Amino acid sequence: MTINIGSVSDRHAAGTGPVLDIDHLKVTFATDAGDVHAVRDVSLEVKAGEVLAIVGESGSGKTVTAKTILGLLPETAISSGAVVINGSNVISVSPGKLRQIRGRDVAMVFQEPSTALNPVFTVGWQIAEGILAHAGRDGGKRVTAKEAKARAIEALRKVGIPDPETRVNYYPHQFSGGQKQRVVIAAALALNPGLIVADEPTTALDVTVQAEILELLRDLRDKYGTSIVLITHNMGVVADLADRVVVMYQGNVVEEASARSLFADPRQDYTRKLLAAVPHLGRHSASEGMTERAHQGGQVLVEAKGLTIEYPGRLGSPAFKAVDGVSFTVSEGEVFGLVGESGSGKTTIGRAIAGLNRTTGGSLNVLGYEMLNFKERTFKPLRKEIGFVFQDPAASFNPQLTIGDCVAEPLVIHTNPSPAQARQRVGELLESVQLPASYADRFPHELSGGQRQRASLARALILNPKLLIADEPTSALDVSVQAKVLELFREIQQEFGFAALFISHDLAVVDMLSHWVGVLYKGKLVEQGIGHHVMGSPQHDYTKRLIASLPVPDPAEQAKRREDHRALLGI
Amino acid sequence: MSTIPPVEAAVHRKAPLLKRLPVISHFNKSVGLQRGMLVVGLVLTGTFLLTAIFAPLLAPYGFAQLSDADGSFPTQQAPGGKHLLGTTVGGYDVLSRVIWGSQTAILVILVAVVLSIFAGVILGLVSGYLGGWLDRILVVVADAIYAFPSLLVAIVMAIVISGGESSLLGGVLAAAISITVVFIPQYFRVIRAETIRLKAEPFVESAKVVGASSIRIMGRHIYRNATRTLPLIFTLNASEAILTLAGLGFLGFGIEPSSAAEWGFDLNKALADTTSGIWWTGVFPGLAIVWTVLGLTLVGESINDLNDPRLRGRKRAGNKGGPDSTAAAQAAISADVRSS
Repeated sequence: MTINIGSVSDRHAAGTGPVLDIDHLKVTFATDAGDVHAVRDVSLEVKAGEVLAIVGESGSGKTVTAKTILGLLPETAISSGAVVINGSNVISVSPGKLRQIRGRDVAMVFQEPSTALNPVFTVGWQIAEGILAHAGRDGGKRVTAKEAKARAIEALRKVGIPDPETRVNYYPHQFSGGQKQRVVIAAALALNPGLIVADEPTTALDVTVQAEILELLRDLRDKYGTSIVLITHNMGVVADLADRVVVMYQGNVVEEASARSLFADPRQDYTRKLLAAVPHLGRHSASEGMTERAHQGGQVLVEAKGLTIEYPGRLGSPAFKAVDGVSFTVSEGEVFGLVGESGSGKTTIGRAIAGLNRTTGGSLNVLGYEMLNFKERTFKPLRKEIGFVFQDPAASFNPQLTIGDCVAEPLVIHTNPSPAQARQRVGELLESVQLPASYADRFPHELSGGQRQRASLARALILNPKLLIADEPTSALDVSVQAKVLELFREIQQEFGFAALFISHDLAVVDMLSHWVGVLYKGKLVEQGIGHHVMGSPQHDYTKRLIASLPVPDPAEQAKRREDHRALLGI
Repeated sequence: MSTIPPVEAAVHRKAPLLKRLPVISHFNKSVGLQRGMLVVGLVLTGTFLLTAIFAPLLAPYGFAQLSDADGSFPTQQAPGGKHLLGTTVGGYDVLSRVIWGSQTAILVILVAVVLSIFAGVILGLVSGYLGGWLDRILVVVADAIYAFPSLLVAIVMAIVISGGESSLLGGVLAAAISITVVFIPQYFRVIRAETIRLKAEPFVESAKVVGASSIRIMGRHIYRNATRTLPLIFTLNASEAILTLAGLGFLGFGIEPSSAAEWGFDLNKALADTTSGIWWTGVFPGLAIVWTVLGLTLVGESINDLNDPRLRGRKRAGNKGGPDSTAAAQAAISADVRSS
């Protein structure tokens, strides 16, 4: 099923063969439910100094392919075909030989930098570990601990860690998330491998940090000619970094093309749909054409004045201010989008409105109830006016109850209906979120992620609430599913007319849904305004940086934005 | 907005009830050595259960019978003849005592484990969910009980409960309750830990957000999710309960021979026989204990391994034909079950 569209000789440097050559790779896992064919037939090659992106949705087999390159598959997997790195086939070599290949010829950068580093060793030790493991073997000369440390410092310098001589002795927790990822990359680079496999290297990072890491990876390629296999689901990242793109779907390569031609002219239906589903900042803005804030005539449902939320510190350390003097209002029928990076306090605000967190200062008025003197007993009657959609649809349903029971729960608690009434209402709600009413009898695990998130929306709406709080409702979903859930959300909001607080880290998603957008940074609301005003002409420095860091799924446009971003940062 | 055919979740309807029962579902999941261990455990436990149920039919004499129509039983008679496994110093038939002993054992296990599950689960749920000072006190008490040697606690409880009385009911209850006291902290701990973990799960928070009461959350959302490991603890604890019961009996805090047969007590009485070369009075009750404990432990350990996907062995992928047999792979692709 491999379709070779990109011309192979494009960037072929004379005399050098491919760094990595995968030929008809097939990987099968033994599971309780029988064999699962994670990778069915994948052939691709990576040339020296090339960035190849493998994109696909969850379950497409992209991560399994990446793990095969380093021989990291679990025992339950069986692979066939060939994965050739510098002349050795990773699938058939002995474990000893495989150990030599790892680190020297190919290295891996993991998704979550905080778990990829061992917290009880210094970063210098961890980088040196790889160097020492290879010294004295494969014909290399012995390396003393001192030399290894010197090389670790060199690697840290390469990845842009300031003052590497001191910081080589730091432990992982002394670095920030982005710096940790730099350390992981430094460890991968320590032996100068010709190929780095980066599995979702920026997914766990904030957009502004993501931009820095992408910049670093591009630098490595340009300066040292390292080839990179980039596994990602983020089309913006692909547009920013990749030379060539392989699109995978259900274990097969669907399309292979150079990045520019893939984005400009996708050949396959699947690729076209995938690209169309990617939210694109500045397109489909919900606030398009608005010149002043809408819905101001109605009742004010949520009003925060100088809202402060603190988490008590450990013994002796001061309390942590998660939200610091934030003021905003949400009126009837309005969609208020709250954007911010991790730790900005956006989720804390959403949870405080739903009474899951206590407020500690200022004033937060929800439906006429002052949350500062929150008592579960007095707040309970108001709960039926508030719906909540959680981030992870898989975890927000009780696995032991059917979807029907879960969706009916708010109804049962507040109105005590007869089973027949409850069933009928659940059926109606499921239909309005475009699920068949018969799904009420299914268990949560029998639904896909997108279906579960629809059911979650149905549960939030079953009592016809005035206010809906949606906390990152689509960030756990694939792009194509996300697009449909967002579309549904928009339709339902217009139909039911509830007010919504839409919380997300994704600017493009917030812009698609919200009339009014607030930007949070370190607990402070730095900017708020009409959606397309904030996205189009940001006023605050942080907002400018945030928007400039966001990669757009279009290589040509992204190259231009990258220049702007550099200019903004003064590089 | 364009649409992409969604990767539909594989809709596997629930298997019939029979196949979802704890031990049966585990049997179906097992392969190789793990299945062997489970089968051996099941056979040993099965014989134990059957012996207990059919004790009145299997045992040639009553557990306290000292004579029949032909007159009194001889004492310390070697195995053979009328008394297949010989007789004890008091003139009891060893075979009958061993068989009847299984009934006592099962009674004690059931009462002890059921009592401790009830108390432990309720305390664990309340303590874990509500937290606060109640939680702290319960944890301290549980820790204190842990700190005592369990047999010592059992002895103290046996004295407190029965005051030395030894009727069947009194004896069984005394043994069961003293075992219960030792086991409650275990169940309490497991359920409390699970409850604390589940408390932070989004589905519990979503119940909180819609206004569910604490009792409703504990009963409907946490209880059923927190008790999934119980069959495992049950089997492991059952074997421990037998050992504790035998220990109590051996030390003389058990049940008198006239009220019920009890393996530990018989072992105690056999102690003096060993020096004079009378082996049958001790070996057979001892074997019965080993048999039962081994059976229950094997079942428990197998379930433990099978519950953990990382420990569970699986049939190798791609059938026997290996990776090259494309025909087999093709056939498997068509029958592919993909969960999204």
